Amino acid sequence: MTETAHPNETAAATNASTQPVITMREVTVKSLRDQRTVVAEQVNWQVNAGEFWAIAGLHRSGKTDFIMLAAGVMAHAHGEHEFLGERMPIFPEESLAHRLKLGLVFDGGHLFNHLTVAQNIALPLQYHRNLPAAEVEPALAELLELTGMKEFARSRPCAMGRSWQQRAALARTLALKPEVLLLDSPLSGLDQRQQNWWLAFLERLAKGHPYYSGKPITVVVTTDNLWAWRGRANRFALLADGRFDVIGRWADVEKSNNPLVQELMSPAETTVNI
Amino acid sequence: MFPSRLPRSYVNYTGRTFFRLLFTIQGIGAFALITFGVMISKFGRASEVIRPLVRKEISRSGVKLLPMFIFMSAALGLLVIGQMVSLLSRVGAVDYLGTVMVVVIVRELGPLITALLVLARVGTQNVVELGTARATGEVEALEALGIDPMHYLVVPRVVGMALGTFALTIYLILGSLISGYLWAFLQGVPMRPGQYLEQLASSLTWIDFAFLALKTCGFGAVVAMVTCYHGLAQPLRLEEISNATVRAVAQAVIACVMFDALFIVLYLIVS
Repeated sequence: MTETAHPNETAAATNASTQPVITMREVTVKSLRDQRTVVAEQVNWQVNAGEFWAIAGLHRSGKTDFIMLAAGVMAHAHGEHEFLGERMPIFPEESLAHRLKLGLVFDGGHLFNHLTVAQNIALPLQYHRNLPAAEVEPALAELLELTGMKEFARSRPCAMGRSWQQRAALARTLALKPEVLLLDSPLSGLDQRQQNWWLAFLERLAKGHPYYSGKPITVVVTTDNLWAWRGRANRFALLADGRFDVIGRWADVEKSNNPLVQELMSPAETTVNI
Repeated sequence: MFPSRLPRSYVNYTGRTFFRLLFTIQGIGAFALITFGVMISKFGRASEVIRPLVRKEISRSGVKLLPMFIFMSAALGLLVIGQMVSLLSRVGAVDYLGTVMVVVIVRELGPLITALLVLARVGTQNVVELGTARATGEVEALEALGIDPMHYLVVPRVVGMALGTFALTIYLILGSLISGYLWAFLQGVPMRPGQYLEQLASSLTWIDFAFLALKTCGFGAVVAMVTCYHGLAQPLRLEEISNATVRAVAQAVIACVMFDALFIVLYLIVS
Protein backbone atom coordinates (compact mmCIF):
# COMPACT_ATOMS: atom_id res chain seq x y z
CA MET A 1 0.00 0.00 0.00
CA THR A 2 1.22 3.44 -0.76
CA GLU A 3 0.73 6.62 1.19
CA THR A 4 1.18 8.93 -1.77
CA ALA A 5 -1.81 10.11 -3.78
CA HIS A 6 -2.55 8.56 -7.14
CA PRO A 7 -1.13 10.75 -10.00
CA ASN A 8 -4.61 11.29 -11.49
CA GLU A 9 -5.93 12.14 -8.08
CA THR A 10 -3.26 14.81 -7.66
CA ALA A 11 -4.19 16.27 -11.03
CA ALA A 12 -7.84 16.28 -10.11
CA ALA A 13 -7.06 17.83 -6.77
CA THR A 14 -5.45 20.80 -8.49
CA ASN A 15 -8.86 21.59 -10.04
CA ALA A 16 -10.42 21.87 -6.60
CA SER A 17 -10.70 25.24 -4.94
CA THR A 18 -11.68 26.03 -1.39
CA GLN A 19 -15.01 27.57 -2.39
CA PRO A 20 -17.63 25.50 -0.55
CA VAL A 21 -20.34 24.16 -2.82
CA ILE A 22 -22.28 21.85 -0.51
CA THR A 23 -22.10 22.29 3.24
CA MET A 24 -23.78 20.12 5.85
CA ARG A 25 -23.52 20.78 9.57
CA GLU A 26 -24.99 18.32 12.07
CA VAL A 27 -27.52 17.21 9.47
CA THR A 28 -29.93 14.35 10.11
CA VAL A 29 -30.90 12.39 6.99
CA LYS A 30 -34.20 10.54 6.95
CA SER A 31 -35.56 8.02 4.49
CA LEU A 32 -37.66 9.44 1.67
CA ARG A 33 -40.04 6.48 1.76
CA ASP A 34 -40.41 6.35 5.52
CA GLN A 35 -39.77 9.58 7.38
CA ARG A 36 -39.55 7.70 10.69
CA THR A 37 -36.36 5.95 9.59
CA VAL A 38 -33.12 7.83 10.25
CA VAL A 39 -30.45 7.10 7.64
CA ALA A 40 -27.61 9.13 9.14
CA GLU A 41 -27.20 11.58 11.99
CA GLN A 42 -24.78 14.40 12.75
CA VAL A 43 -23.50 14.58 9.19
CA ASN A 44 -20.76 17.16 8.77
CA TRP A 45 -19.61 17.45 5.19
CA GLN A 46 -18.15 20.10 2.94
CA VAL A 47 -17.74 19.75 -0.81
CA ASN A 48 -15.52 22.35 -2.45
CA ALA A 49 -15.73 23.44 -6.07
CA GLY A 50 -13.91 21.11 -8.44
CA GLU A 51 -13.72 18.17 -6.04
CA PHE A 52 -14.66 14.63 -7.05
CA TRP A 53 -16.24 12.72 -4.19
CA ALA A 54 -17.03 9.02 -3.93
CA ILE A 55 -19.37 8.09 -1.09
CA ALA A 56 -19.25 4.39 -0.34
CA GLY A 57 -21.77 2.23 1.42
CA LEU A 58 -23.43 -1.14 1.24
CA HIS A 59 -26.91 -1.63 -0.20
CA ARG A 60 -29.61 -0.20 2.10
CA SER A 61 -27.08 1.98 3.87
CA GLY A 62 -29.05 5.04 2.74
CA LYS A 63 -26.86 6.27 -0.11
CA THR A 64 -29.88 7.17 -2.24
CA ASP A 65 -31.57 9.11 0.57
CA PHE A 66 -28.31 10.88 1.32
CA ILE A 67 -27.68 11.97 -2.25
CA MET A 68 -31.32 13.03 -2.70
CA LEU A 69 -31.04 15.18 0.38
CA ALA A 70 -27.73 16.60 -0.89
CA ALA A 71 -29.51 17.44 -4.18
CA GLY A 72 -32.29 19.21 -2.32
CA VAL A 73 -35.01 16.82 -3.49
CA MET A 74 -35.98 16.28 0.14
CA ALA A 75 -35.57 18.35 3.25
CA HIS A 76 -33.21 17.52 6.09
CA ALA A 77 -34.67 16.80 9.50
CA HIS A 78 -32.08 18.65 11.59
CA GLY A 79 -28.96 20.79 11.16
CA GLU A 80 -27.84 23.12 8.40
CA HIS A 81 -27.58 22.29 4.72
CA GLU A 82 -26.39 24.87 2.20
CA PHE A 83 -25.72 24.88 -1.51
CA LEU A 84 -23.43 27.69 -2.73
CA GLY A 85 -24.22 29.61 0.43
CA GLU A 86 -28.00 29.29 0.14
CA ARG A 87 -30.10 27.25 2.54
CA MET A 88 -31.37 23.97 1.08
CA PRO A 89 -33.82 22.77 -0.08
CA ILE A 90 -34.43 25.64 -2.47
CA PHE A 91 -38.05 25.84 -3.59
CA PRO A 92 -38.85 29.53 -4.33
CA GLU A 93 -39.26 30.31 -8.01
CA GLU A 94 -36.86 33.26 -7.84
CA SER A 95 -34.02 30.99 -6.62
CA LEU A 96 -34.57 28.42 -9.35
CA ALA A 97 -31.55 29.49 -11.42
CA HIS A 98 -29.36 28.98 -8.35
CA ARG A 99 -30.97 25.60 -7.69
CA LEU A 100 -30.37 24.44 -11.28
CA LYS A 101 -26.60 24.74 -10.82
CA LEU A 102 -26.96 21.34 -9.18
CA GLY A 103 -27.88 18.24 -11.19
CA LEU A 104 -28.82 14.77 -9.96
CA VAL A 105 -28.66 11.49 -11.89
CA PHE A 106 -30.78 8.82 -10.22
CA ASP A 107 -29.85 5.18 -9.88
CA GLY A 108 -31.60 3.56 -12.85
CA GLY A 109 -32.31 6.91 -14.48
CA HIS A 110 -35.92 7.55 -13.39
CA LEU A 111 -36.79 8.56 -16.94
CA PHE A 112 -40.33 9.61 -17.81
CA ASN A 113 -41.86 6.54 -19.39
CA HIS A 114 -44.47 8.42 -21.42
CA LEU A 115 -41.74 10.31 -23.30
CA THR A 116 -39.11 9.12 -25.77
CA VAL A 117 -35.43 9.42 -24.91
CA ALA A 118 -35.13 12.58 -27.01
CA GLN A 119 -38.19 14.11 -25.32
CA ASN A 120 -36.82 13.18 -21.91
CA ILE A 121 -33.53 14.93 -22.62
CA ALA A 122 -35.20 17.97 -24.18
CA LEU A 123 -37.76 18.43 -21.38
CA PRO A 124 -35.63 20.49 -18.93
CA LEU A 125 -34.41 22.71 -21.78
CA GLN A 126 -37.92 23.27 -23.12
CA TYR A 127 -39.41 23.83 -19.68
CA HIS A 128 -36.87 26.23 -18.25
CA ARG A 129 -36.21 28.19 -21.45
CA ASN A 130 -39.77 27.91 -22.77
CA LEU A 131 -38.64 26.77 -26.20
CA PRO A 132 -40.56 24.77 -28.81
CA ALA A 133 -39.19 21.32 -29.66
CA ALA A 134 -37.61 22.51 -32.91
CA GLU A 135 -35.44 25.09 -31.15
CA VAL A 136 -33.82 22.63 -28.77
CA GLU A 137 -32.83 20.29 -31.63
CA PRO A 138 -29.15 21.42 -31.84
CA ALA A 139 -28.60 21.10 -28.08
CA LEU A 140 -30.43 17.77 -28.11
CA ALA A 141 -28.28 16.44 -30.95
CA GLU A 142 -25.14 17.46 -29.06
CA LEU A 143 -26.27 15.67 -25.90
CA LEU A 144 -27.25 12.53 -27.79
CA GLU A 145 -23.85 12.52 -29.49
CA LEU A 146 -22.04 13.20 -26.22
CA THR A 147 -23.62 10.25 -24.44
CA GLY A 148 -23.73 7.90 -27.44
CA MET A 149 -27.52 7.80 -27.35
CA LYS A 150 -28.21 8.82 -30.96
CA GLU A 151 -29.66 5.48 -32.03
CA PHE A 152 -32.02 5.44 -29.04
CA ALA A 153 -33.42 8.94 -29.58
CA ARG A 154 -36.88 7.72 -30.56
CA SER A 155 -36.99 4.78 -28.16
CA ARG A 156 -39.14 4.67 -25.06
CA PRO A 157 -37.22 4.12 -21.81
CA CYS A 158 -38.96 0.80 -21.15
CA ALA A 159 -37.62 -0.55 -24.45
CA MET A 160 -33.98 0.03 -23.42
CA GLY A 161 -31.60 -1.65 -21.03
CA ARG A 162 -30.78 -0.16 -17.66
CA SER A 163 -27.34 1.03 -18.77
CA TRP A 164 -28.81 3.08 -21.62
CA GLN A 165 -31.56 4.45 -19.41
CA GLN A 166 -28.87 5.65 -17.03
CA ARG A 167 -27.00 7.33 -19.87
CA ALA A 168 -30.17 9.03 -21.07
CA ALA A 169 -30.68 10.31 -17.51
CA LEU A 170 -27.14 11.68 -17.53
CA ALA A 171 -27.84 13.47 -20.81
CA ARG A 172 -31.08 14.89 -19.37
CA THR A 173 -29.25 16.21 -16.32
CA LEU A 174 -26.39 17.66 -18.38
CA ALA A 175 -28.88 19.52 -20.60
CA LEU A 176 -28.94 22.41 -18.12
CA LYS A 177 -25.14 22.31 -17.65
CA PRO A 178 -25.12 22.01 -13.86
CA GLU A 179 -21.93 23.10 -12.07
CA VAL A 180 -22.31 20.32 -9.52
CA LEU A 181 -23.23 16.82 -10.63
CA LEU A 182 -24.50 14.24 -8.15
CA LEU A 183 -24.86 10.64 -9.30
CA ASP A 184 -26.51 7.84 -7.37
CA SER A 185 -24.65 4.55 -7.95
CA PRO A 186 -23.78 5.28 -11.59
CA LEU A 187 -21.94 1.97 -11.99
CA SER A 188 -24.51 -0.36 -10.46
CA GLY A 189 -25.80 -3.05 -12.78
CA LEU A 190 -23.50 -2.10 -15.66
CA ASP A 191 -21.24 -4.40 -17.65
CA GLN A 192 -17.50 -3.70 -17.80
CA ARG A 193 -17.67 -1.79 -21.09
CA GLN A 194 -20.39 0.50 -19.79
CA GLN A 195 -18.51 0.97 -16.52
CA ASN A 196 -15.39 2.00 -18.39
CA TRP A 197 -17.39 4.54 -20.40
CA TRP A 198 -18.90 6.04 -17.24
CA LEU A 199 -15.61 6.20 -15.40
CA ALA A 200 -13.86 7.86 -18.31
CA PHE A 201 -16.72 10.27 -18.97
CA LEU A 202 -17.07 11.39 -15.36
CA GLU A 203 -13.32 11.77 -15.01
CA ARG A 204 -13.35 13.97 -18.09
CA LEU A 205 -16.21 16.05 -16.70
CA ALA A 206 -14.37 16.52 -13.42
CA LYS A 207 -11.21 17.63 -15.17
CA GLY A 208 -12.89 19.80 -17.77
CA HIS A 209 -14.93 18.45 -20.66
CA PRO A 210 -15.26 20.31 -24.00
CA TYR A 211 -19.05 20.32 -23.36
CA TYR A 212 -18.30 22.66 -20.44
CA SER A 213 -15.69 24.52 -22.53
CA GLY A 214 -12.98 22.79 -20.53
CA LYS A 215 -14.24 24.09 -17.16
CA PRO A 216 -13.96 21.45 -14.41
CA ILE A 217 -17.15 20.64 -12.53
CA THR A 218 -17.80 19.21 -9.09
CA VAL A 219 -18.81 15.55 -9.09
CA VAL A 220 -20.22 13.43 -6.26
CA VAL A 221 -20.97 9.74 -6.75
CA THR A 222 -22.26 7.03 -4.45
CA THR A 223 -20.85 3.57 -4.83
CA ASP A 224 -20.58 0.13 -3.31
CA ASN A 225 -17.14 -0.38 -4.86
CA LEU A 226 -14.46 2.09 -3.84
CA TRP A 227 -11.81 0.47 -6.00
CA ALA A 228 -13.48 1.54 -9.23
CA TRP A 229 -12.98 5.20 -8.25
CA ARG A 230 -9.32 4.90 -7.35
CA GLY A 231 -7.39 7.57 -9.19
CA ARG A 232 -10.56 9.26 -10.35
CA ALA A 233 -12.24 10.56 -7.23
CA ASN A 234 -10.09 12.70 -4.96
CA ARG A 235 -12.21 12.58 -1.81
CA PHE A 236 -13.81 9.53 -0.22
CA ALA A 237 -16.44 9.07 2.46
CA LEU A 238 -18.27 6.16 4.05
CA LEU A 239 -21.95 5.87 4.89
CA ALA A 240 -22.69 2.99 7.24
CA ASP A 241 -24.68 2.21 10.39
CA GLY A 242 -26.31 5.64 10.51
CA ARG A 243 -22.96 7.47 10.35
CA PHE A 244 -21.32 9.50 7.64
CA ASP A 245 -17.53 9.52 7.91
CA VAL A 246 -15.18 11.41 5.67
CA ILE A 247 -12.22 9.13 4.94
CA GLY A 248 -10.07 11.54 2.95
CA ARG A 249 -7.96 10.80 -0.10
CA TRP A 250 -7.19 7.39 -1.61
CA ALA A 251 -4.11 7.04 0.56
CA ASP A 252 -6.35 7.40 3.60
CA VAL A 253 -8.72 4.81 2.19
CA GLU A 254 -5.85 2.38 1.86
CA LYS A 255 -4.68 3.12 5.39
CA SER A 256 -8.13 2.77 6.91
CA ASN A 257 -8.54 0.05 9.55
CA ASN A 258 -12.28 -0.05 9.06
CA PRO A 259 -13.11 -3.59 7.81
CA LEU A 260 -16.03 -2.21 5.79
CA VAL A 261 -13.75 0.20 3.95
CA GLN A 262 -11.41 -2.69 3.18
CA GLU A 263 -14.38 -4.73 1.99
CA LEU A 264 -15.68 -1.94 -0.25
CA MET A 265 -12.19 -1.22 -1.55
CA SER A 266 -11.59 -4.63 -3.06
CA PRO A 267 -14.75 -6.70 -2.78
CA ALA A 268 -13.50 -9.40 -5.11
CA GLU A 269 -10.51 -10.18 -2.90
CA THR A 270 -12.38 -10.34 0.38
CA THR A 271 -12.82 -13.79 1.84
CA VAL A 272 -16.35 -14.41 2.94
CA ASN A 273 -17.14 -17.09 5.49
CA ILE A 274 -20.56 -18.54 4.84
CA MET B 1 -55.91 -12.35 30.76
CA PHE B 2 -57.37 -9.73 28.44
CA PRO B 3 -56.88 -9.76 24.69
CA SER B 4 -54.17 -7.31 23.65
CA ARG B 5 -56.64 -5.42 21.52
CA LEU B 6 -60.27 -4.89 22.41
CA PRO B 7 -62.78 -5.79 19.71
CA ARG B 8 -63.80 -2.79 17.66
CA SER B 9 -67.20 -1.48 18.60
CA TYR B 10 -69.60 0.07 16.15
CA VAL B 11 -68.97 3.48 17.72
CA ASN B 12 -65.20 3.07 17.29
CA TYR B 13 -65.65 2.08 13.69
CA THR B 14 -67.93 5.03 12.96
CA GLY B 15 -65.57 7.43 14.71
CA ARG B 16 -62.55 6.16 12.83
CA THR B 17 -64.38 6.34 9.50
CA PHE B 18 -65.58 9.86 10.27
CA PHE B 19 -62.09 11.11 11.15
CA ARG B 20 -60.62 9.40 8.07
CA LEU B 21 -63.22 11.21 6.00
CA LEU B 22 -62.28 14.54 7.62
CA PHE B 23 -58.58 13.96 6.93
CA THR B 24 -59.34 13.07 3.31
CA ILE B 25 -61.43 16.22 2.85
CA GLN B 26 -58.62 18.25 4.41
CA GLY B 27 -56.03 16.58 2.15
CA ILE B 28 -58.01 17.06 -1.05
CA GLY B 29 -58.87 20.64 -0.05
CA ALA B 30 -55.20 21.48 0.56
CA PHE B 31 -54.24 19.77 -2.72
CA ALA B 32 -56.87 21.82 -4.59
CA LEU B 33 -55.65 25.06 -3.03
CA ILE B 34 -52.04 24.27 -3.93
CA THR B 35 -53.11 23.43 -7.49
CA PHE B 36 -55.00 26.73 -7.90
CA GLY B 37 -52.05 28.56 -6.34
CA VAL B 38 -49.65 26.99 -8.86
CA MET B 39 -52.10 27.73 -11.70
CA ILE B 40 -52.09 31.42 -10.81
CA SER B 41 -48.45 31.86 -9.83
CA LYS B 42 -47.12 29.95 -12.85
CA PHE B 43 -49.65 31.19 -15.38
CA GLY B 44 -47.98 31.38 -18.79
CA ARG B 45 -44.74 29.78 -17.50
CA ALA B 46 -43.22 27.12 -19.78
CA SER B 47 -46.19 27.48 -22.10
CA GLU B 48 -44.36 25.55 -24.85
CA VAL B 49 -44.47 22.48 -22.61
CA ILE B 50 -47.73 22.99 -20.71
CA ARG B 51 -50.02 23.95 -23.63
CA PRO B 52 -49.42 20.72 -25.58
CA LEU B 53 -50.11 18.81 -22.38
CA VAL B 54 -53.43 20.66 -21.90
CA ARG B 55 -54.36 19.91 -25.54
CA LYS B 56 -53.51 16.25 -24.97
CA GLU B 57 -55.74 16.17 -21.88
CA ILE B 58 -58.63 17.83 -23.74
CA SER B 59 -58.25 15.23 -26.46
CA ARG B 60 -58.10 12.40 -23.93
CA SER B 61 -61.05 13.53 -21.81
CA GLY B 62 -63.03 15.09 -24.65
CA VAL B 63 -62.46 14.17 -28.29
CA LYS B 64 -61.54 10.51 -27.73
CA LEU B 65 -64.66 9.91 -25.63
CA LEU B 66 -66.98 11.31 -28.28
CA PRO B 67 -68.01 7.97 -29.90
CA MET B 68 -69.07 6.61 -26.50
CA PHE B 69 -70.97 9.81 -25.78
CA ILE B 70 -72.87 9.64 -29.08
CA PHE B 71 -74.11 6.20 -28.04
CA MET B 72 -74.87 7.43 -24.51
CA SER B 73 -76.83 10.43 -25.79
CA ALA B 74 -79.01 8.17 -27.97
CA ALA B 75 -79.60 5.84 -25.02
CA LEU B 76 -80.35 8.70 -22.61
CA GLY B 77 -82.89 10.24 -24.99
CA LEU B 78 -84.62 6.86 -25.29
CA LEU B 79 -84.63 6.26 -21.52
CA VAL B 80 -86.14 9.59 -20.59
CA ILE B 81 -88.59 9.93 -23.49
CA GLY B 82 -89.57 6.26 -23.39
CA GLN B 83 -90.68 6.60 -19.78
CA MET B 84 -92.08 10.11 -20.07
CA VAL B 85 -94.22 9.67 -23.19
CA SER B 86 -96.30 6.90 -21.65
CA LEU B 87 -96.65 8.81 -18.38
CA LEU B 88 -97.41 12.25 -19.88
CA SER B 89 -99.81 10.82 -22.50
CA ARG B 90 -101.93 9.31 -19.71
CA VAL B 91 -102.43 12.70 -18.06
CA GLY B 92 -102.56 14.64 -21.34
CA ALA B 93 -99.38 16.59 -20.64
CA VAL B 94 -97.32 15.76 -23.72
CA ASP B 95 -96.76 19.50 -24.14
CA TYR B 96 -94.38 19.30 -21.20
CA LEU B 97 -92.00 16.92 -22.98
CA GLY B 98 -89.49 19.72 -23.70
CA THR B 99 -89.69 20.97 -20.12
CA VAL B 100 -89.03 17.48 -18.78
CA MET B 101 -86.01 17.15 -21.07
CA VAL B 102 -84.59 20.45 -19.79
CA VAL B 103 -85.10 19.56 -16.14
CA VAL B 104 -83.83 15.99 -16.40
CA ILE B 105 -81.16 16.15 -19.10
CA VAL B 106 -79.87 19.74 -19.14
CA ARG B 107 -79.96 20.45 -15.42
CA GLU B 108 -79.19 17.09 -13.88
CA LEU B 109 -78.45 13.88 -15.75
CA GLY B 110 -76.38 15.33 -18.61
CA PRO B 111 -73.63 16.90 -16.45
CA LEU B 112 -73.64 14.15 -13.82
CA ILE B 113 -73.49 11.24 -16.28
CA THR B 114 -70.70 12.99 -18.20
CA ALA B 115 -68.70 13.48 -15.01
CA LEU B 116 -69.10 9.83 -14.00
CA LEU B 117 -68.11 8.57 -17.45
CA VAL B 118 -65.08 10.87 -17.55
CA LEU B 119 -64.16 9.58 -14.10
CA ALA B 120 -64.45 5.99 -15.27
CA ARG B 121 -62.49 6.48 -18.48
CA VAL B 122 -59.92 9.18 -17.65
CA GLY B 123 -59.94 9.61 -13.88
CA THR B 124 -58.89 6.02 -13.25
CA GLN B 125 -56.15 6.42 -15.86
CA ASN B 126 -54.94 9.47 -13.93
CA VAL B 127 -54.53 7.57 -10.68
CA VAL B 128 -52.68 4.71 -12.36
CA GLU B 129 -50.38 7.02 -14.36
CA LEU B 130 -49.55 9.33 -11.49
CA GLY B 131 -49.33 6.51 -8.95
CA THR B 132 -46.85 4.72 -11.23
CA ALA B 133 -44.89 7.94 -11.76
CA ARG B 134 -44.76 8.37 -7.99
CA ALA B 135 -43.77 4.76 -7.34
CA THR B 136 -41.03 4.70 -9.98
CA GLY B 137 -39.43 7.95 -8.86
CA GLU B 138 -40.49 10.10 -11.82
CA VAL B 139 -41.88 12.74 -9.47
CA GLU B 140 -38.54 13.06 -7.66
CA ALA B 141 -36.84 13.24 -11.07
CA LEU B 142 -39.04 16.21 -11.99
CA GLU B 143 -38.18 17.93 -8.71
CA ALA B 144 -34.47 17.30 -9.30
CA LEU B 145 -34.79 18.98 -12.70
CA GLY B 146 -36.42 22.02 -11.08
CA ILE B 147 -39.81 21.20 -12.65
CA ASP B 148 -42.75 21.59 -10.29
CA PRO B 149 -44.70 18.28 -10.46
CA MET B 150 -47.94 20.15 -9.68
CA HIS B 151 -47.36 22.42 -12.66
CA TYR B 152 -46.28 19.66 -15.05
CA LEU B 153 -48.52 16.77 -13.97
CA VAL B 154 -51.60 18.23 -12.26
CA VAL B 155 -52.38 21.63 -13.83
CA PRO B 156 -52.73 20.29 -17.42
CA ARG B 157 -55.00 17.50 -16.18
CA VAL B 158 -57.24 19.85 -14.20
CA VAL B 159 -57.56 22.38 -17.04
CA GLY B 160 -57.89 19.71 -19.74
CA MET B 161 -60.49 17.68 -17.85
CA ALA B 162 -62.52 20.76 -16.95
CA LEU B 163 -62.69 21.86 -20.61
CA GLY B 164 -63.13 18.30 -21.90
CA THR B 165 -66.01 17.59 -19.50
CA PHE B 166 -67.68 20.87 -20.44
CA ALA B 167 -67.49 20.08 -24.17
CA LEU B 168 -68.66 16.48 -23.71
CA THR B 169 -71.65 17.57 -21.61
CA ILE B 170 -72.76 19.93 -24.37
CA TYR B 171 -72.52 17.12 -26.93
CA LEU B 172 -74.33 14.69 -24.62
CA ILE B 173 -77.16 17.17 -23.98
CA LEU B 174 -77.55 18.08 -27.66
CA GLY B 175 -77.47 14.40 -28.66
CA SER B 176 -80.01 13.44 -25.99
CA LEU B 177 -82.40 16.26 -26.95
CA ILE B 178 -82.25 15.26 -30.62
CA SER B 179 -82.57 11.53 -29.95
CA GLY B 180 -85.37 12.30 -27.46
CA TYR B 181 -87.41 13.95 -30.20
CA LEU B 182 -86.71 11.07 -32.58
CA TRP B 183 -87.91 8.51 -30.01
CA ALA B 184 -91.00 10.61 -29.31
CA PHE B 185 -91.66 10.79 -33.07
CA LEU B 186 -91.30 7.00 -33.36
CA GLN B 187 -93.76 6.56 -30.49
CA GLY B 188 -96.31 8.62 -32.43
CA VAL B 189 -96.34 11.78 -30.30
CA PRO B 190 -98.09 14.47 -32.41
CA MET B 191 -95.45 17.21 -32.12
CA ARG B 192 -93.59 19.14 -34.84
CA PRO B 193 -89.84 19.91 -34.39
CA GLY B 194 -90.70 23.60 -34.10
CA GLN B 195 -93.05 22.95 -31.16
CA TYR B 196 -90.45 20.82 -29.43
CA LEU B 197 -87.79 23.53 -29.86
CA GLU B 198 -90.25 26.11 -28.55
CA GLN B 199 -90.87 24.01 -25.43
CA LEU B 200 -87.12 23.65 -24.89
CA ALA B 201 -86.44 27.36 -25.39
CA SER B 202 -89.24 28.44 -23.07
CA SER B 203 -87.96 26.15 -20.32
CA LEU B 204 -84.36 27.35 -20.52
CA THR B 205 -83.22 30.48 -18.68
CA TRP B 206 -79.87 32.29 -18.51
CA ILE B 207 -79.28 30.60 -15.15
CA ASP B 208 -79.34 27.21 -16.88
CA PHE B 209 -76.56 28.25 -19.26
CA ALA B 210 -74.44 29.87 -16.56
CA PHE B 211 -74.87 26.97 -14.13
CA LEU B 212 -74.28 24.40 -16.84
CA ALA B 213 -70.92 25.96 -17.71
CA LEU B 214 -69.86 26.30 -14.07
CA LYS B 215 -71.13 22.88 -13.07
CA THR B 216 -69.53 20.93 -15.92
CA CYS B 217 -66.15 22.66 -15.61
CA GLY B 218 -66.41 22.11 -11.86
CA PHE B 219 -67.17 18.41 -12.29
CA GLY B 220 -64.11 18.00 -14.53
CA ALA B 221 -61.91 19.86 -12.07
CA VAL B 222 -63.27 17.86 -9.10
CA VAL B 223 -62.66 14.52 -10.86
CA ALA B 224 -59.14 15.61 -11.87
CA MET B 225 -58.33 16.92 -8.40
CA VAL B 226 -59.48 13.83 -6.50
CA THR B 227 -57.80 11.39 -8.88
CA CYS B 228 -54.54 13.38 -9.05
CA TYR B 229 -54.54 13.64 -5.25
CA HIS B 230 -54.76 9.88 -4.85
CA GLY B 231 -52.09 9.29 -7.49
CA LEU B 232 -49.63 11.89 -6.27
CA ALA B 233 -50.17 13.11 -2.76
CA GLN B 234 -48.51 10.28 -0.89
CA PRO B 235 -45.62 7.98 -1.70
CA LEU B 236 -47.06 4.85 -3.24
CA ARG B 237 -45.69 1.43 -3.96
CA LEU B 238 -46.76 -0.23 -7.20
CA GLU B 239 -48.94 -2.75 -5.37
CA GLU B 240 -50.88 0.08 -3.68
CA ILE B 241 -52.00 1.70 -6.92
CA SER B 242 -55.05 -0.54 -7.41
CA ASN B 243 -56.35 0.31 -3.92
CA ALA B 244 -55.66 4.00 -4.50
CA THR B 245 -57.65 3.81 -7.76
CA VAL B 246 -60.66 2.24 -6.04
CA ARG B 247 -60.51 4.85 -3.25
CA ALA B 248 -60.22 7.67 -5.79
CA VAL B 249 -63.26 6.48 -7.77
CA ALA B 250 -65.44 6.18 -4.67
CA GLN B 251 -64.41 9.59 -3.36
CA ALA B 252 -64.73 11.28 -6.75
CA VAL B 253 -68.32 9.94 -7.11
CA ILE B 254 -69.19 11.30 -3.67
CA ALA B 255 -67.48 14.62 -4.43
CA CYS B 256 -69.41 14.96 -7.72
CA VAL B 257 -72.76 14.20 -6.05
CA MET B 258 -72.01 16.73 -3.28
CA PHE B 259 -70.99 19.31 -5.88
CA ASP B 260 -74.24 18.64 -7.76
CA ALA B 261 -76.24 19.04 -4.55
CA LEU B 262 -74.55 22.39 -3.99
CA PHE B 263 -75.76 23.54 -7.40
CA ILE B 264 -79.33 22.40 -6.68
CA VAL B 265 -79.30 24.59 -3.56
CA LEU B 266 -77.78 27.48 -5.52
CA TYR B 267 -80.40 27.04 -8.23
CA LEU B 268 -83.21 27.16 -5.70
CA ILE B 269 -81.75 30.31 -4.16
CA VAL B 270 -81.16 32.09 -7.48
CA SER B 271 -84.41 31.11 -9.16
